[in-house]
Amino acid sequence: MRGLENRNSHMKYALFSLSIVLTGWWVSNPYYLQLLTFIGIYTVLALGLNMLMGYAGQISLGHAAFYGIGAYTTAIATVHWNWPPWLGLLLALGLTAVIAFLIALPMLKLTGYYLGMGTLGFGMIFYILFREWTGFTGGTSGLVGIPPLSIGALTLDTGSGYFYLVWGIVVVCFVICERIVNSRVGRALRAIHDSERAAAAMGVDTSRLKVWVFVLSAVFASLAGFLYAHLVTFISPDSFDFIVSIRIVTMVVIGGMASIWGSLLGASVLTFLPDWLHVFSDYEMVVYGLILMVVMIFLPQGFTRGMLDIYERARSRYSRPSTSPQG
Amino acid sequence: MQELLQYFFSGITNGAIYAIIALGFSMLYNATGLINFAQGEFVMLGALGLITFWRGLELPLPVAFVATVAGVSLVGLVLERLAIRSVRKPHPIVLIIITVGASILLRGVGMLQWGKDAHSAPSFSRLSSFELAGATLLPQTLWILGSLLLIVLGLQFFYKKTLTGKAMQACAISKRAASLLGIPSERMVLLAFALSSAMGGVGGILIAPITMSSYDMGTMLGLKGFCAAMLGGLGSSWGSIVGGLLLGILEAFGVGFVSSSLRDAIAFILLLLILYVRPTGILGAKAVQRF
Repeated sequence: MRGLENRNSHMKYALFSLSIVLTGWWVSNPYYLQLLTFIGIYTVLALGLNMLMGYAGQISLGHAAFYGIGAYTTAIATVHWNWPPWLGLLLALGLTAVIAFLIALPMLKLTGYYLGMGTLGFGMIFYILFREWTGFTGGTSGLVGIPPLSIGALTLDTGSGYFYLVWGIVVVCFVICERIVNSRVGRALRAIHDSERAAAAMGVDTSRLKVWVFVLSAVFASLAGFLYAHLVTFISPDSFDFIVSIRIVTMVVIGGMASIWGSLLGASVLTFLPDWLHVFSDYEMVVYGLILMVVMIFLPQGFTRGMLDIYERARSRYSRPSTSPQG
Repeated sequence: MQELLQYFFSGITNGAIYAIIALGFSMLYNATGLINFAQGEFVMLGALGLITFWRGLELPLPVAFVATVAGVSLVGLVLERLAIRSVRKPHPIVLIIITVGASILLRGVGMLQWGKDAHSAPSFSRLSSFELAGATLLPQTLWILGSLLLIVLGLQFFYKKTLTGKAMQACAISKRAASLLGIPSERMVLLAFALSSAMGGVGGILIAPITMSSYDMGTMLGLKGFCAAMLGGLGSSWGSIVGGLLLGILEAFGVGFVSSSLRDAIAFILLLLILYVRPTGILGAKAVQRF
């Protein structure tokens, strides 16, 4: 049984990697290639938040802060201190982990609305910090001249090189998350989601686990911030404000709570939508607001999971129509 | 000394606004146990609505005031009726996302309606500012403090003397027991939403003459109002006032003595501190389930 599952999941990742390679080879238009690269970055962001929101059931309305910490740390290290970017990555991930740990210790004692307000507040604090700490962050005018990434002699500019790098990282993140979800820790996380007290009664160290998953999701966001900074080579505080946190939450909600592959869907929808609808920038907030409200009212498990539920209900109704027509 | 008094005046002016917003949070929390993340957007609608009715349509001020408050509470009613009541699983995370969605939606609508520019309104009265012990006092400050007092007295009267107010408190204690006694608890929730959004609207109306109003002002004011409510103890009317004034004064002194870039950070740092250290707030007597 276990072997079969493993083989299935290997097949899945082989197919996924193959489709990435094919897409990178087939798409030559640099604009679309960059769009797809952005989808990869947002997928990492959404995946991290989904681990926290979907699996552990803890909300964060300030995730743009960690995204920003990742981007600003590597930017400051490479621009001000002339560090190589990969060292900047290590610093960004390490710093984010420490900050997230220190924040999580008191914050995750809060539940429900208070956790929402608390994370919203700390997201705002970091936005103000990015904006006001002008000596380091460049203030509202931002930081320019972030160097592109390179592996050995190979420079990854915007284009297929960066596309492969980002999507390679996405695959690794998917594997990590899937392994966590299917492990003992993943089951414990879902237990916390259903009932924290029951989980604690069954011997789950709930507070430690919540802190741990918070740090994990922050590190994912920081990684996405690193990739973003070296892709666009210019960052300003507006890329990390409140609406960005909401965008990440919207991705998770569209993709479905507790759905790893849903993160990919949520990130794709929210990246392609503004591209297809040219008037979108004016209606961006209206659309996000409506998506959040409608999906949560009618499909509180998120869009994909809700659709799957409806499909399964319809199928079971169809297969035995005589027994219970009301379902 | 003069400086101190000046900071104090500007502190209580803003603080009274935070207190009014906090009263909206507290009232809704009392009646439904819910925190409305869109509360700040009602403030934005109040400020911009007043500017439209009063300056744009040139209605007399009292008419514009009533029209704005009615409009904002209608939005609150619609929000409850269409979004909150339809929720199948009233889990906090679901309600947070829905009210956050409502807040983003209202913000977007505000941007489409009023544009991205900031608008301003003149003071309510033609009186010029006057001096008190060497510091200038704006007439709008008196308007704001007077309104705050009226709202609190009105609320006390409503809770203590009217049947509807008592019914609402009964719903807050136990929805089920209240409906067994024949209290229409769903209508009480609706009323609580209307009243709390009206309070947000009043806060916006009062703040319009002393600040620039734009579509994105709501998030910040909503958070500060929540911070004030938590500071004083969520659910307590007097607590909201104490919390609001305290936050306003601390903010004014922080800006005056440290740096103006700190202004918005003070509220959040205070909010985080209060959430960690004393989540019942200063005046919150009952141990509310927060951990």
